[in-house]
Amino acid sequence: MNIAVLQFPGSNCDQDAYHLFASGLGLPTRFVWHKDTRLGGADLVIVPGGFAYGDYLRCGAIARFSPVMGAVREFAEKGGTILGICNGFQILCEAGLLPGALILNSSLEFRCVTCDLAVEEAGQAFNTRTLGKRIRLPIGHGAGNYRIDAAGKESLETHHQIILRYLNNPNGSMGAIAGIRNEEGNVFGMMPHPDRAFERFHPSQDGLAVARAVLSLRFPEIGRMSA
Amino acid sequence: MNRPALPPNPDPVLDQPITPELVKKHGLLPEEYVKVREHLGREPTLTELGIFSVMWSEHCSYKNTRPLLKGFPTEKKGATENFGRVLVKAGEENAGIIDVGDGWAIAFKIESHNHPSAIEPFEGAATGVGGIIRDIFTMGARPVLLTNSLRFGELDSPATKRLLRGVVAGIAHYGNCVGVPTVAGDVYFDRCYEGNPLVNALCLGTLRHDQIRRGRATGLGNPVYYVGAATGRDGLGGAAFASKELSAESASDRPAVQKGDPFMEKLLIEACLEMMDVPGLVVGIQDMGAAGLTCSTCETASRGGAGIEIELDQVPQREPGMNSYEIMLSESQERMLVIVQKGREKEIEQVFAKWDLHAAHVGTVTDTGRMVVTQHGVVVADIRASALTDDAPVYQRESKRPSYLDETSAWTLEGSGLPDLDAAGARQALLRLLSHPTIASKRWLYRQFDHMVQHGTVLLPGSDAGVVRLRLGSSEKFIAISNDCNGRYCYLNPRRGALIAMVECLRNLVCAGATPLAMTDNLNFGNPYKPENFYQLKECVEGLAEACRFFDVPVVGGNVSLYNESPEGAIDPTPTVSVVGFIEDEAHVTSQFARSAGDRLILLGGAPDELGGSQFLGLIHGKKTGDAPRVDLAAEKALQDFILAHIRGRRVRSAHDLSEGGLLVAISEKLFGAVTLGASVDLAQFTAARLDALLFGESQGRVVISSEPGNANGLIAAAEEAGIVAHDIGKVTDDAFLRVETAKGALEWPVAELRTGWETSIEVAMKRPGLS
Repeated sequence: MNIAVLQFPGSNCDQDAYHLFASGLGLPTRFVWHKDTRLGGADLVIVPGGFAYGDYLRCGAIARFSPVMGAVREFAEKGGTILGICNGFQILCEAGLLPGALILNSSLEFRCVTCDLAVEEAGQAFNTRTLGKRIRLPIGHGAGNYRIDAAGKESLETHHQIILRYLNNPNGSMGAIAGIRNEEGNVFGMMPHPDRAFERFHPSQDGLAVARAVLSLRFPEIGRMSA
Repeated sequence: MNRPALPPNPDPVLDQPITPELVKKHGLLPEEYVKVREHLGREPTLTELGIFSVMWSEHCSYKNTRPLLKGFPTEKKGATENFGRVLVKAGEENAGIIDVGDGWAIAFKIESHNHPSAIEPFEGAATGVGGIIRDIFTMGARPVLLTNSLRFGELDSPATKRLLRGVVAGIAHYGNCVGVPTVAGDVYFDRCYEGNPLVNALCLGTLRHDQIRRGRATGLGNPVYYVGAATGRDGLGGAAFASKELSAESASDRPAVQKGDPFMEKLLIEACLEMMDVPGLVVGIQDMGAAGLTCSTCETASRGGAGIEIELDQVPQREPGMNSYEIMLSESQERMLVIVQKGREKEIEQVFAKWDLHAAHVGTVTDTGRMVVTQHGVVVADIRASALTDDAPVYQRESKRPSYLDETSAWTLEGSGLPDLDAAGARQALLRLLSHPTIASKRWLYRQFDHMVQHGTVLLPGSDAGVVRLRLGSSEKFIAISNDCNGRYCYLNPRRGALIAMVECLRNLVCAGATPLAMTDNLNFGNPYKPENFYQLKECVEGLAEACRFFDVPVVGGNVSLYNESPEGAIDPTPTVSVVGFIEDEAHVTSQFARSAGDRLILLGGAPDELGGSQFLGLIHGKKTGDAPRVDLAAEKALQDFILAHIRGRRVRSAHDLSEGGLLVAISEKLFGAVTLGASVDLAQFTAARLDALLFGESQGRVVISSEPGNANGLIAAAEEAGIVAHDIGKVTDDAFLRVETAKGALEWPVAELRTGWETSIEVAMKRPGLS
């Protein structure tokens, strides 16, 4: 197994994502620098949180042009599994690998809180069998307010692409959407941080189930570990 | 000795004769200017005058406080093999370093950005965070946590709201982006800070002993590099006038406050740590903070016993036409000075290229002991480096006990004529106290700070201390951190107020299960040239030093911020202390919150009869008077040892220190954890006390703990054996009511009512219309 965590200049949850997989699940995990143009046979690509390039422009708007993103796109097109967390979700939206956009929180303030989330029936990886009905994950973002046009929203619902919704919407997201997948079901993005929910002292350990869920697409035996 | 003058500067702006007016505008006294002339053996150039003025300012030289600070202990007597040894002492470097065992250490320091934040709260606070982070990674440490200590006027003022909003957004902007969690803090709201808020920021980092770096220039011929952001005309700061005169532009065209770039800082952290990890590459490193290029150059040269020559044409500049005065005094952010081993220039350049940063070779280490600066081929400054650092003037200022103390210290509760509370008054008073911003939940602030990044936060903000798990190589260790200072106590009794700041901070750590390691302090005071202000400063420093010696907690660094005054006068003296504690076993991590119904509540430290300096007196009676609460160091020590021992023995399930608002506020706060519990409390057993003092007095040395019912009697017996007054005051219930029996009748509140006021009062005050 080969889990790749991307590192952009300004990524700051790269270590968190690394430890979710390497320490939390004990799986082989490594970093891929944004100037690399190859993913080195990755089975799973994590686009971590942070402030890539400072996010002084729209969040993720510059990172999508990093050299590694060509390889990420190719990987996605071939059906590879990708999980974008927080800034990673924003980058995947900017790169067009996920639909919609994330704008400033309705409070216009950064929010660092722990959220209860409803798990949606969103196909093989994210569903109430793999995760249970509710999970609890921290958020930490200033721009997590998910937006999409009416047709796009309709399409998300029809294709069961919404994976997580906030029970108490912290940022004004349309439909309380906290995370989505692409139509094909191999690219995932979420504002909440599974990489802050795996140690014994974290508010929950539900991040481990999320990590297993994304791995289960390629490694079904890992999905069964969560039961 | 007389030396020949430096060659005339072709730039007419810089070729001005030094007049007494110019000296005065630079904040130098006539006698200080005489010393400047003696050091140089000639007239200074204008650039040199600017250099002396910033290096001999209080901020850089501690000229009015250095003799006082010598009273602080700098070593830990009880250090063990496992932790506590001071590896880098206060004043030696940019931050102190303490051993935490297994070859690992922590570096930490607090610093103020009060005046910039008063002018431009967002950038002022943001750059305060940036500056303190640089002080930590320049030591070779990876920054792992931030805390802040903030003081504002009362929240009913629109100006205060603007400052609070800006400061919080600025800290969030910077800290969140660089990815260092803000895990703890303390905030007070008091009229005395109106117009002069305090913004103190602390950073702590981790490193191996062999990674400790020094800010020293050594090795003849070693190249000197400048890395990070380009130098601009921003932040000419105290010398802002000069930029106006020098360039004939309006000062208002330029920001007096620097602008922070946290993304640049994040790149600098990573690139510098990567560079320092290359064996033998870095000889010395220092950030460019206050006094920028000037301070970093002369300090590294002076510490290394060497000289440095720098060529300003090589310094990256944000705009054309900057003169040497501006470049040397600029306080542009996110810049570092690095001295590299000669012949290995390529290696540093490669590391910085990886991060798309420029490393500019700006100078060379010499053996002359002098700081020599050239621009356009002309020497613009040539000064013995140690003249700027070690030879800065030192003053013993005049001290005079302020006359207001006669009145306030004579005040007594008995003589005050204030009526005692009845039951109804007590019921209302608790609600008012809990929702006063000083006591209320700081959730509105800390939910804007990323307090979870780096996934090591064990106790979230809101408990007595922040607790963080450090990942050190393959092992992990736990530390606790707390900031404290009640300026009101320091106003009423400077020495005792400072003692209290220290003992309360220690008590907070002990309540979290930590053994105190070391302290960093931020001395926020008024103008030291006023004898009354200097008295407060002197007394507070002596109080802190006494507490540090008594508890064997060394001071490993800190900051002095003077001239904190508004037209109404000086702020209350505010010697903020921050102590780091070491938790030997994760199982000892303890929060302030009651855990299960049925647990007994035990008050340790008794119920003395005093109200002086209390929030109650301020809020309910509008008085800032009386003496600060009594404090007994020996009793405090016994109490803290007891709590630690019984936390380690797993008999204490939660522990909460009594501070602002006293006993009833502490009991209420114990119920504001994740689960909504209630409590049934019997205070009728304390018949001697006045009700107001019993419920809301702020006597020191007190903690409310909870324990399993079966352990309560044993704990009380053990406490009494240790000479600690202990009372079983009741139990935790599951009915979500706080019920209190008093000699004047029963009191009752739904916990939800208490909690709502406490949790939302700052939010409600700060709500912006139209936003959710």
